[in-house]
Amino acid sequence: MSDYRAPVKDALFALRHFGSIEQLAQTERYAHADPETVASVLEEQGRFMQEVFGPTSVIGDQEGVTWTPDGVTVPEPFKAAYAKFVAAGWQGLNAETDFGGAGFPESVHSCALEFSTAANAALTMAPGLTTGAIELLQEWGSEEQKEVYLPKLVTGEWTGTMNLTEPQAGSDVGLSTTKAVPEGDGSYRITGTKIYISFGDHDMADNIIHLVLARLPDAPAGTKGISLFLVPKFLVNDDGSVGERNDVHCVSTEHKMGIHASPTCVMSYGDEGGAVGYLVGEEHRGMRAMFTMMNSARIAVGVQGAAIGDAAYQKALAYAQERRQGREIGGDAGGGSDGPAPIVAHPDVRRMLLFMRSHVEAMRALIIYNAAAIDLSRALDGDEAETWRETAELLTPVTKAWCTDVGMEVTSAAVQVFGGMGYIEEAGVSQHFRDMRIAPIYEGTNGIQAMDLVGRKLGMRMGGVVNDHLDRMRATVDELAGAGEELASIRSNLADAVEVLAGATDWIMANGLEDPRQALAGATPYLAMFGTVTGGWLMARQALGARADLDAGVDDADHLRAKVTTARFYAEQALPRAAGLVASVQAGASVLYEVGPDALASA
Amino acid sequence: MSVAHTGGACAVCYRAVARDRIPSMNVVVCVKQIPDPADPGSLDPQTKTLKRDGKLILDESDSYGVEMALQLVDTAGGGEVTLVSMAPNNEVSGLRTALAMGAAKAVLVSDDALAGTDALGTAKVLAKAIERAGDADLILAATESSDGYTGTVPEQIAELLNLPSVTFAKEIAIDGSTAKIQRQTEAGYDDVESPLPALVSVTAGVVEPRYPSFKGIMAAKSKPVDEVTLGDLGIDAGSVGWAGGGQEIVEVTAAEEREAGTIVEDDGEGFNKIVDYLAELKVI
Ligand SMILES: Cc1cc2nc3c(=O)[nH]c(=O)nc-3n(C[C@H](O)[C@H](O)[C@H](O)COP(=O)(O)OP(=O)(O)OC[C@H]3O[C@@H](n4cnc5c(N)ncnc54)[C@H](O)[C@@H]3O)c2cc1C
Ligand SMILES: Cc1cc2nc3c(=O)[nH]c(=O)nc-3n(C[C@H](O)[C@H](O)[C@H](O)COP(=O)(O)OP(=O)(O)OC[C@H]3O[C@@H](n4cnc5c(N)ncnc54)[C@H](O)[C@@H]3O)c2cc1C
Repeated sequence: MSDYRAPVKDALFALRHFGSIEQLAQTERYAHADPETVASVLEEQGRFMQEVFGPTSVIGDQEGVTWTPDGVTVPEPFKAAYAKFVAAGWQGLNAETDFGGAGFPESVHSCALEFSTAANAALTMAPGLTTGAIELLQEWGSEEQKEVYLPKLVTGEWTGTMNLTEPQAGSDVGLSTTKAVPEGDGSYRITGTKIYISFGDHDMADNIIHLVLARLPDAPAGTKGISLFLVPKFLVNDDGSVGERNDVHCVSTEHKMGIHASPTCVMSYGDEGGAVGYLVGEEHRGMRAMFTMMNSARIAVGVQGAAIGDAAYQKALAYAQERRQGREIGGDAGGGSDGPAPIVAHPDVRRMLLFMRSHVEAMRALIIYNAAAIDLSRALDGDEAETWRETAELLTPVTKAWCTDVGMEVTSAAVQVFGGMGYIEEAGVSQHFRDMRIAPIYEGTNGIQAMDLVGRKLGMRMGGVVNDHLDRMRATVDELAGAGEELASIRSNLADAVEVLAGATDWIMANGLEDPRQALAGATPYLAMFGTVTGGWLMARQALGARADLDAGVDDADHLRAKVTTARFYAEQALPRAAGLVASVQAGASVLYEVGPDALASA
Repeated sequence: MSVAHTGGACAVCYRAVARDRIPSMNVVVCVKQIPDPADPGSLDPQTKTLKRDGKLILDESDSYGVEMALQLVDTAGGGEVTLVSMAPNNEVSGLRTALAMGAAKAVLVSDDALAGTDALGTAKVLAKAIERAGDADLILAATESSDGYTGTVPEQIAELLNLPSVTFAKEIAIDGSTAKIQRQTEAGYDDVESPLPALVSVTAGVVEPRYPSFKGIMAAKSKPVDEVTLGDLGIDAGSVGWAGGGQEIVEVTAAEEREAGTIVEDDGEGFNKIVDYLAELKVI
């Protein structure tokens, strides 16, 4: 049974206040995505995910996938649910309209992806990877490649994969050795082994389109010598039908901590002489192509934090109202006077629930703001477009890493609310904790994201981009000055936190220029601080937005008042954590290298 | 078993009676829009009725009728599905879902004077709305709604429209101007035939309602919803609503807490106890 309810109302609130949904609908590119249409789309998509993807999640966790020499099979209910997904046409939501997509904004897609991931994280990996493949081909595919592959990918009849990782090449993609040799007829023969390839094989779709990083014979070493190839599981005939089996096979699947029903495959290319592949984009420019889709792929992993976090939160909230333990101290939580109170009556349980809810909201806000920055960079032009593009670049590593780290904290808190039952599989909440754990690792580990933020993003436009971001947050502090007593703590705590972040940013920029190791030593706590403060800024805007909606008489006052409360909780309890991170951001590297691994091993 | 056609010269009748073969099927489906059962409902202390001021959704019970109608039209190779609904505040959310599933158009009756309307009043209004919807070969409703569940509206409509009424349908096939219906019973089902047009109520769960496709949702935005009032239908406001129903809710009390269930220890013979229990309930 699945009790997940897609938070459509919350998503629509976030799209209005952080996703520039009205502004986007004014642009030519997104004129069809007016708020009313978006609402009806998300309502039906959310219901679909609740009712179709949701009930298959636990089955997938228990059954996992089955490997045979002929291929990988997923649980039967996955196939049925995926077939319905294809029939309903959800894969094409954010794909460009040329090949059958609906051309909706990334921000709207991120909401749909949240519902889908929360309902079933493992199954959602398949359409998620297809989205990445579509995006790569839209941007870098030849006209012919687009015509042959995009229509079926956009419907979801075929799925896509991303093949970067090799045993010796994980974070360091430049070490990959998979080879591509030109065949003389425009095609290439690919040989090599890729590992950890999600949905590398399965039996839900007629064909699987692998996008594979490989090296040409004359390639320079490192990332500058990597090219991108398209390798279909079945070659495609001239009439578009599925033809001969290609020389690419899943030789085993991994046993994992979570997302059990997402096959994580070892892929062998060219056991029988070479898999037929086609170059996508230019030779040796594969990494550049990968980077174009990395922004949205990284946001998509950030979405897992909000999504799985929310699914776990919803379970915890329900349990907290049922489970009775302990007497209520003062107050009335509706538990009756005698007998044990529902645990939701206890201050510590309330704290956990508010922590979860406020952080789910903050994650959702950051995701939507980041995704909308991509949309605005595409829909506007000139300086405005450029500013939004920069904003998206700056925030993407934060969205990926902060949301997945916070997602871990939220799912962990949900397990805690369940007490002993939380550790028992039957309760269902531990699955979320296990499913969540991969997200800080893949699509660039969170450590790599922190390096990206500190090493590449802060330096954009000589620090101008991060300074613009700080100024936008300061503008909200000013706006809060006129917002009255109720929001006073939000104003003062946000004001403090923004200056803490500004100070830490200055320190990183100054010391990083001198000695990169100093800055990199504090990169992860810096990213945590960046996420905490940016999340707090968006929560402050949430409070302002909810208050404005209340004043304007928008329906559903209870919902809006809860939004003001979670924003206050975040400002009063989460934002002050930023100051606590200053010491570790600015500690420098020396202590880390004072003793070597041998000394660390001494016991 | 065969149901005699009691038809006369009613607006929905004349066409089908005259013909043997129906080249296409026009099906009208009554769809109720109800408060989302997943939302905690609350009673209006004044009227002691369920508050219906929030968003309404398509009653799941009616999603089966919509699906069946779409399939029948598909099989016939032509025709269309028209929805009729009566709901407060010009609510269309539930209709949009059914339109996104594939229905072509809708008639929506919304009027402040309808507050408090009982099942018979609802049937009067829906009967007029069905006439307004145009020629129909078949009219479908659910056996009972999920929120009111008096299970009486469809039969009352049939009487008002002077149509044959078949209840508890689990399968409908059209053969010329006859509907062949499998009618669910406690023991299995009866095969029933009825001339068309007829009013058939459909049992919940007998088909798998499709989910609206993305394209369907987009198309639904521009499908016509004919929004009408009691005046438009020529219905006297005094014959419906609280006045027309002549009823009043005197008191509302909370349902008794459910009693704890019985736990049967399985000593290898547990099934016998379950069989006995079911027999006691007269389920088997
Ligand atoms: C379930 C699952 C699904 C996956 N799906 C896919 C997929 O579909 N396609 C695909 O291509 N890959 C996939 N991966 C691979 C995943 O992206 C990699 O595991 C990830 O990028 C990390 O690489 P690695 O495992 O080699 O770790 P390593 O690179 O060995 O990293 C180990 C640790 O060292 C740190 N580290 C490494 N280099 C540095 C550095 N320069 N500075 C600081 N710290 C560093 C890392 O942050 C990490 O903490 C998947 C993995 C899993 C487990
Ligand atoms: C106290 C009270 C207040 C009410 N206030 C209003 C009001 O303000 N505005 C208003 O419009 N109605 C109002 N109603 C009418 C109410 O919503 C129902 O339509 C009516 O009572 C039908 O009863 P039921 O659900 O038990 O029907 P059932 O006989 O159980 O329904 C069987 C089937 O008939 C069809 N059907 C029933 N009702 C409708 C409908 N409304 N539209 C389309 N198909 C239908 C459906 O297919 C349904 O599944 C009110 C009713 C009551 C009792």
